[in-house]
Amino acid sequence: MTAGEHADTAVVRVRDLRKHFRVSGGTVRAVDGVSFDILRGETLGLVGESGCGKSTTGRTLLGLTPATAGSVEFRGRDLTGLSRRQLRAMRPHMQMIFQDSAASFNPRHTIGSIIAEPMAIHLDLDRSAIHDRVAELMELVGLKREWRKRFPHEFSGGQRQRINIARALSLNPEFVVGDEPVSALDVSIQAQVVNLMSDLQDELGLTYLMIAHDLSMVRHISDRVAVMYLGKVVELAATETLFEDPQHPYTQALLSAVPLPNPKQERARQRILLEGDVPSPREAPSGCVFRTRCPLAEARCATEEPPYREVSPGRFVACHLVDGAGSNVVPVEITG
Amino acid sequence: MADEQIVIEGLSDVYVAPTLGVRLRRLGRLLWRDKTGMIGLLIFLTVVFAAVFADLIAPVDPNLQDLRSAKLPEAWADSGSWSHVLGTDDLGRDILSRIIHGARVSITVGFFGVLVAMSIGMLLGMLAGYFRGWVDSALSAVINLILSVPYLVFVIVIAAIFGRSLFNVVLIFGITDAPIFARLTRGEVLRIRESGYAEAAESIGASQPRILFRHVLPNLVGPLVTLATFEMSAMIFYESGLSFLGLSVPPSVPSWGNMLTFGRQYLTVYPWMSIYPGIAIALTALSMNLFGDWLRDVLDPRVRRSR
Repeated sequence: MTAGEHADTAVVRVRDLRKHFRVSGGTVRAVDGVSFDILRGETLGLVGESGCGKSTTGRTLLGLTPATAGSVEFRGRDLTGLSRRQLRAMRPHMQMIFQDSAASFNPRHTIGSIIAEPMAIHLDLDRSAIHDRVAELMELVGLKREWRKRFPHEFSGGQRQRINIARALSLNPEFVVGDEPVSALDVSIQAQVVNLMSDLQDELGLTYLMIAHDLSMVRHISDRVAVMYLGKVVELAATETLFEDPQHPYTQALLSAVPLPNPKQERARQRILLEGDVPSPREAPSGCVFRTRCPLAEARCATEEPPYREVSPGRFVACHLVDGAGSNVVPVEITG
Repeated sequence: MADEQIVIEGLSDVYVAPTLGVRLRRLGRLLWRDKTGMIGLLIFLTVVFAAVFADLIAPVDPNLQDLRSAKLPEAWADSGSWSHVLGTDDLGRDILSRIIHGARVSITVGFFGVLVAMSIGMLLGMLAGYFRGWVDSALSAVINLILSVPYLVFVIVIAAIFGRSLFNVVLIFGITDAPIFARLTRGEVLRIRESGYAEAAESIGASQPRILFRHVLPNLVGPLVTLATFEMSAMIFYESGLSFLGLSVPPSVPSWGNMLTFGRQYLTVYPWMSIYPGIAIALTALSMNLFGDWLRDVLDPRVRRSR
């Protein structure tokens, strides 16, 4: 990546982040050298199929699991080098919204005390101040303040995700990671929660990293999108650029799988079908990780790892076949 | 409680946090619905009552020997007498009074034995589950080693070395039973540590002690209390066994096991000498198991609603 052109506005700067897990019989390279900036006030979508390392990226980024290598710069410090205690001091500024809202609450705590817990940890507030702030937060996310004495299991999935959001926002964080925050919800509820998150972003000036596999949702909420495959970011661009004109063969295949609402277009549309399965991250292919399934793979794809480079302003692709002008050297063979 | 479970927009405004009184009444209703748990609790409370107020409710001194009325059968038998409702033993001691006083030994052993076992076991289990790594490996090895020795054999050996006293029995049960508590605690701590809410607590910046005391410990209470009731019933059982073998309290102390020992010699001719203490042991153990079953369900806030 070239010297960050967004250096002045980047809230989070991730450089060559790696997270490897040692397992019996090898090393799983869950995250294997990802670099990106998250700009102030934006939503960066992080997409990819399950197992590509997107959730691990989010967790490693926040220091919930120690990074194997690389750096995460936030508020002028490299989070990967911080001790537990130092990380704790940074927690108020960076928060996470979890996917499984039922599991992310202690079943014995009322939601009032769940939302108040971050404040109890970090702020020296008296009871009535915390009480007021909890009520304020509950109303902010659309919950009735009278519900504070209830337990998490008394709420629906959508309501629980609102509680999750209220807890994450209680300390006015700068940066929030959403780890598939709506993927466990009904579609009708998804829109409500996503819109709530958007509104709160505008209102509070939040910066989001939104991890998701639902491409339509990502398109709706993100300003820019990064696509991951097997532990690497293969393409990153502004949302509309990426969806209108995907460059990396994997992105092209991924986007061709999004159903179109117009049945005529849907019928006329041609899908790129990938062959085979995602290789095990324990034995990632040499060279380009996507070459085993890429319809365009050449000889050098097996030997040389394609550099992740800025092919045109604000657009990053890791593919040998994409030239400097930002278009495929070889036109994509559409099959199927 | 179905009405509170459903979130109705208009009604939710009037939701009031349950007070202690409401909670107790709610618990009472739950107990009433589960008759076996209710019966278990009632029998157990009766035994505890007998143990605490033995001096007041026992008809006669349990150690008073009256050879003229020795070996009397139950009051409703032909030669029985209402002055000795459950009959007398070979020395003319009143069996009912001895059973009432015997409850003291059983309850003391059960309660304090579990207290000691739970304290030791919880501490070790939390250490193992929380620090993992070599601490876990070392503690688990010790736990498995102790658990691999046949329980009663182990207890008998230690009892033979320590000598006969109530204090020793409590200590022996406390130590030999601790591994069971340790193993449960370790497993639960491991499970909770990997749970979403432990990670969520970490992500909001909770310190390790905070996670331990606010998130891990409260969620251990349910499984541990349940295990405690089952282990208490097992200890009452084993204490009788030790008494029977002459390894528990001295023979002069009225205990259900001691009564069985004396009764054994007359089992064919004067069966009541062993039947009634036997019934006392069986009922107490049964009641605690019934109550424990109910408790297990009730202490989980998620299962509680669906019952």
